[in-house]
Amino acid sequence: MTSQTTSHTPASAVPVHRGAVTASAVALNHLTKSFGGITAVNDLDLTIRPGEVVAFLGPNGAGKTTTIDMLLGLSRPDAGDVEIFGMPPRRAVSLGYVSSVMQTGGLLDDLTVRETVEYTSAIFASSLDTDLVLKRAGIAEIANSVVKKCSGGQKQRLRFAMALLPDPALIVLDEPTTGMDVTGRRDFWHQMRADALTGKTILFATHYLEEADEFADRVILIADGKVVADGSAHEIRGMAAAKTVSATLPLTDGEPTAEAGVAELVDLLGGLAGVESIDVQARRLRMRTTDSDAAAKMLFDNACTDLEITSHSLEDAFISLTAKGA
Amino acid sequence: MSTQPSTQPPSTQLAGSTKVRTAPGAASARFLSSLDDRRIPRFGGFSAALLRLELLRKLRNRRTLIFTMIMPAVFYLIFGLTNKDEMLGSTNAALYISVSLATYGAMIATTTGGAQVAIERALGWSRQLALTPLRPAAYILIKVIVSMVLGAVSVIVVFVLTATTGVHAPLTTLVSSGLLVILTSCVFAAFGVMLGYLLPAENAIQVASMVLGILSLIGGLFVPLEIWPDTLQTIARFTPAYGVGEIARAPLGGGYDHWAIVSVLVWLAIFVAGSALALRRDTSRV
Repeated sequence: MTSQTTSHTPASAVPVHRGAVTASAVALNHLTKSFGGITAVNDLDLTIRPGEVVAFLGPNGAGKTTTIDMLLGLSRPDAGDVEIFGMPPRRAVSLGYVSSVMQTGGLLDDLTVRETVEYTSAIFASSLDTDLVLKRAGIAEIANSVVKKCSGGQKQRLRFAMALLPDPALIVLDEPTTGMDVTGRRDFWHQMRADALTGKTILFATHYLEEADEFADRVILIADGKVVADGSAHEIRGMAAAKTVSATLPLTDGEPTAEAGVAELVDLLGGLAGVESIDVQARRLRMRTTDSDAAAKMLFDNACTDLEITSHSLEDAFISLTAKGA
Repeated sequence: MSTQPSTQPPSTQLAGSTKVRTAPGAASARFLSSLDDRRIPRFGGFSAALLRLELLRKLRNRRTLIFTMIMPAVFYLIFGLTNKDEMLGSTNAALYISVSLATYGAMIATTTGGAQVAIERALGWSRQLALTPLRPAAYILIKVIVSMVLGAVSVIVVFVLTATTGVHAPLTTLVSSGLLVILTSCVFAAFGVMLGYLLPAENAIQVASMVLGILSLIGGLFVPLEIWPDTLQTIARFTPAYGVGEIARAPLGGGYDHWAIVSVLVWLAIFVAGSALALRRDTSRV
């Protein structure tokens, strides 16, 4: 978690001045886009500060790619606007402020790895050295291989090399590690983290929870074209760490104090740390809490029976959060 | 599969950035302020380096080489050289056929070269390019120039064969005819680009080749226009290959239809406008 604080430092320590002061790397204002009758992105607001590593997490069809397309100037929003370092996306792309690693495609089969990088390099007014970029992306050894003969992982590294070429301040990655093996995924992210330290902002879309959890400082959950949760990886993991504790309340045989007794217990439980919700139906109490031990002890001490603790996976938190957005 | 060349430990990868780590604030401040010096490339990203790489791709493509160089040359040897001693009006038949085949070769090279955009769109390369400063106009210009260069090679191959196989062909005639062919091939480069934006990748090149075959046949490239019925001859004069062929054969001295110049210019305008419209429609979804 130290890495979190390190990469946040540039954001706070270095305000970016350029003409008008722009503190944000990305600003999406009321972004909306529909296809036919379907609203893919629905009035989405988002600000990303320079140096942040942000995961854009959501199920397929949540609007991640549509948002990224608009962010990169590949498609135009129906309403709202995009600013990258205070300028329209096309201009930010042309200046090499922002680059992107695409999920698939985007390569010419008949060029070699080196030639592909040279091709991109020739377009930009200024770019990093081809050899340096090949080395950073870990494909220096296959520089002379024809793209057609490269493996999926190698192709992804090549896309990554091309994205590094303009030395961008913001890198946008749409499901970047699809088709990579575990080592490839590690190395890839290691490289990204090293880059983040030099002030690069990273936004990546993923539907791998572990990836968002492990590599992002900030996780933005998106569902139905809207942001449904936005917090540090730690906070998101906290949501996922919650467990459900349920128990049967003690029999009180219809005594007038029963209602009061239940309310008192609920109050007590609510005072515990980490409790998210408490729900009583008939004599069964169900609560969500991150500290199930404390809750269990209190329930037990208050003569509750049939204690059950069920843990939730990251998946559950994800599903419950994204379903809530509907 | 696991030929991942990146098995070196992460520590070596990070070695270069250790300095950065000690003072991330200063490093990123320097980096962010360096952004102000960035500029947008001139000519919309058009450059000689791109031309070189695109030409390299062409020369690596065996199919392109067969269709643009070997096929016209073989056709010449089969249909042209065998008519070495015949005359078509006041021109040598072999020379007439040679010029027609050179024109056809250039047409194939430029049309398929232009139609390549369909394939690059399907590959997602156009999308990749949309993430660079390369303007669509610069991209298309590169495609047009490269395919015209390939068309020129096709013309040179056929004419060198003509000149070395004993056909009476004055050098000035060949050179001026060749230059006219190369010049007018821009019509078909534009045609190819238009098709490339309109047709799906799977059949863009095939459709283009087929259309070219038909246009060449009725436009008087494979056989003299005179063999067709009157009505078809009249229609033929309005097709794109007709004007290009007439202009290419003008230096042969047999006279030419002056309307051919108008025809070429009108078709060029139509294809350029068509490409521009198709491109505009295309960029809305990349």
